[in-house]
Amino acid sequence: MRNLKLGLMAASMGLAFSVHAAEVEVLHYWTSGGEAKAAAELKKMMEAKGNKWKDFAVAGGGGENAMTALKTRVVSGNPPAAAQIKGPSIQEWGDEGVLTSIDGVAKKEGWDKVLPPVVSNVMKYKGQYVAAPVNVHRVNWLWINPELLKKANAKVPNTWDEFFVTAAALQKAGIQPLAYGGQPWQDSTVFESVALGVGGVDFYKKAFVQLDPATMSGPTMIKVLETYKKLKPFTDKNASGREWNLATSMVINGKAAMQFMGDWAKGEFLAAGKVPGKDFLCVAAPGTANAYTFNIDSFAFFKLKDKDAVKGQMDLASTLMSPEFQEVFNLNKGSIPARTDLSMAKFDECGKKSAEDFKATSAKGSLVPSWAHGMAMHSSTQGAVYDVVTQFWNDDKMSAKDAASKLAAAAKTK
Amino acid sequence: MSTPTAHYGFAERWLPRLVLAPSFLLSLIFLYGFIAWNGYLSFTTSRLLPSYEWAGLVQYATLFDNERWWVAVRNLGIFAVLFIGGSMAIGITLAILLDQKVRFEGAIRTLYLYPMALSFVVTGTAWKWMLNPGLGLEKLMHDWGFTNFTFDWLVNSDMSIYTVVIAGLWQSSGFVMALFLAGLRGVDDSIIKAAQIDGASLPRIYWKIILPALRPVVFSTLMILSHIAIKSFDLVMALTGGGPGFSSDLPATFMYSMAFTRGQTGLGAASAMMMLATVAAIVVPYLYSELRKDNNG
Repeated sequence: MRNLKLGLMAASMGLAFSVHAAEVEVLHYWTSGGEAKAAAELKKMMEAKGNKWKDFAVAGGGGENAMTALKTRVVSGNPPAAAQIKGPSIQEWGDEGVLTSIDGVAKKEGWDKVLPPVVSNVMKYKGQYVAAPVNVHRVNWLWINPELLKKANAKVPNTWDEFFVTAAALQKAGIQPLAYGGQPWQDSTVFESVALGVGGVDFYKKAFVQLDPATMSGPTMIKVLETYKKLKPFTDKNASGREWNLATSMVINGKAAMQFMGDWAKGEFLAAGKVPGKDFLCVAAPGTANAYTFNIDSFAFFKLKDKDAVKGQMDLASTLMSPEFQEVFNLNKGSIPARTDLSMAKFDECGKKSAEDFKATSAKGSLVPSWAHGMAMHSSTQGAVYDVVTQFWNDDKMSAKDAASKLAAAAKTK
Repeated sequence: MSTPTAHYGFAERWLPRLVLAPSFLLSLIFLYGFIAWNGYLSFTTSRLLPSYEWAGLVQYATLFDNERWWVAVRNLGIFAVLFIGGSMAIGITLAILLDQKVRFEGAIRTLYLYPMALSFVVTGTAWKWMLNPGLGLEKLMHDWGFTNFTFDWLVNSDMSIYTVVIAGLWQSSGFVMALFLAGLRGVDDSIIKAAQIDGASLPRIYWKIILPALRPVVFSTLMILSHIAIKSFDLVMALTGGGPGFSSDLPATFMYSMAFTRGQTGLGAASAMMMLATVAAIVVPYLYSELRKDNNG
């Protein structure tokens, strides 16, 4: 009887402890197949460290809905421990004074040594780490269903001219050449790859990083816009509003031959049990083999009042950057680790190629930020450019020249 | 003993005030307080989060310079006119037809009213499937052999706003019908009988006697429909997502994307103030004239 009482007491104490364990609430928008698997890994690791994981997942590919949810929480004074924020947005949030420094963890673990400066600069606000990177995505990919290409007797395109030959051949064989999702961020993702391929790295940097008005409205931009619009006849009518992963599944199921999308699309192929190099091909978007548009997912950390929660935050920062997590997470997500000191042995062909190109382009200076994914412009400027690109794609009466001058105007949005 | 009566008097005087006070206070803070707050924000430099740095009319200048805003305003014009006008016309017609003492009236009435039981999100999603060229009407027609049939308004940036009108009409016409049917039933039978004895035709009776008697119904229906039109958000989001591009944007969706997804809270607040001004411009004069008439009559 006595033993039973003791046992009960011990059990209730145990319960009490688990209630007091730091609860780490993480806001993210990884809700599609491959992404959800990756998020589950993080949860497992955090729980192994004795933290309570509170999932705060908000669906929506580009993360717009998640940001809305985040804003309401921050304004109400109850932010999550960490949220998926990236690029210049980290600085915008830093300006609002709601981010907390995780420099202690970063110094102890030597983040500066394992992250390339291009990555670590983005993670710092006023010289201190406020965010931890989890991966590097390459955006300028072209995903191909090789079986359909063979059926149409078409080649894998390396330049834009070749692309249109391939697309025409596919169309002639009764195959839809391009799977396309008609949402503004996807329009811009494709447009960005076209711009890099047609205009080259210097043009890309001048136009989308420096926001030079003359480049934005110049002849090269007009050529880029014309090339971009030439893609439209190769897509289907129902593309309007389609989610990116539905477009990817069209390539997986053989309903369309190709898709321009970042390497998060690979997660979808893998989740469907497809083998890279055999069932699907990953090649750089036409004309961009020597360049790399990067999109880095990261978690920014918010100021919290609860001491226990702060400890959980530091655990989270350390977990996110741990080699084990970076490897297992990126194997699931389709991207490559942000740390450059990891072995890529377990990664597939596409991952290895991406990691090699990342290092090579980083050395050559042809590593460029993806503006369509919030790595180059402030969110308001980015939104204004989105508007022009999506309007140009959908409005068949708008000329490339008009669109170019609108782009220059949009680039001035502050 | 006079105590019980005094007690009763106290309760009678204070209880209604006490009961109304919380809701009065809540609406004072959460309606008018927030309107004022939003108004203030529209004059600040607020970006990601609200800030209180005064900026004057900068946000309004940016707003009026924004092409997307004018697309949204134009769309609201098209949507409001067709949606309000269409719902009223269809609703009144249905109500008059149902008023002819038809058989199975109850069943028919429920059938027409049913769409109102669905939310705009469901309506939008259902119509999205029906109007999608590769899934709905167009595909059906093609499958039936009419291969020249095209109905691709949903993905056509010139026509997308009209798909919103179609879904809106489907949703609200039945509701307008129900309101008018109730109104028609309330018209005094003896007047109609008198008119019939005088030899007036049925259309004439409706036009000259019954419809004018329904003035209050018209008033409330108009109020309800116009505010649905101006704050219409869920329908557009579910049906077109504002697309293709931003061609079916309404001021409400514009406000949402500026304030919440783009880090332009000040601009969003300015557009919200413009929406409020639009509602006020319609409602206030109408309300004023209607209320004054009541007092005189």
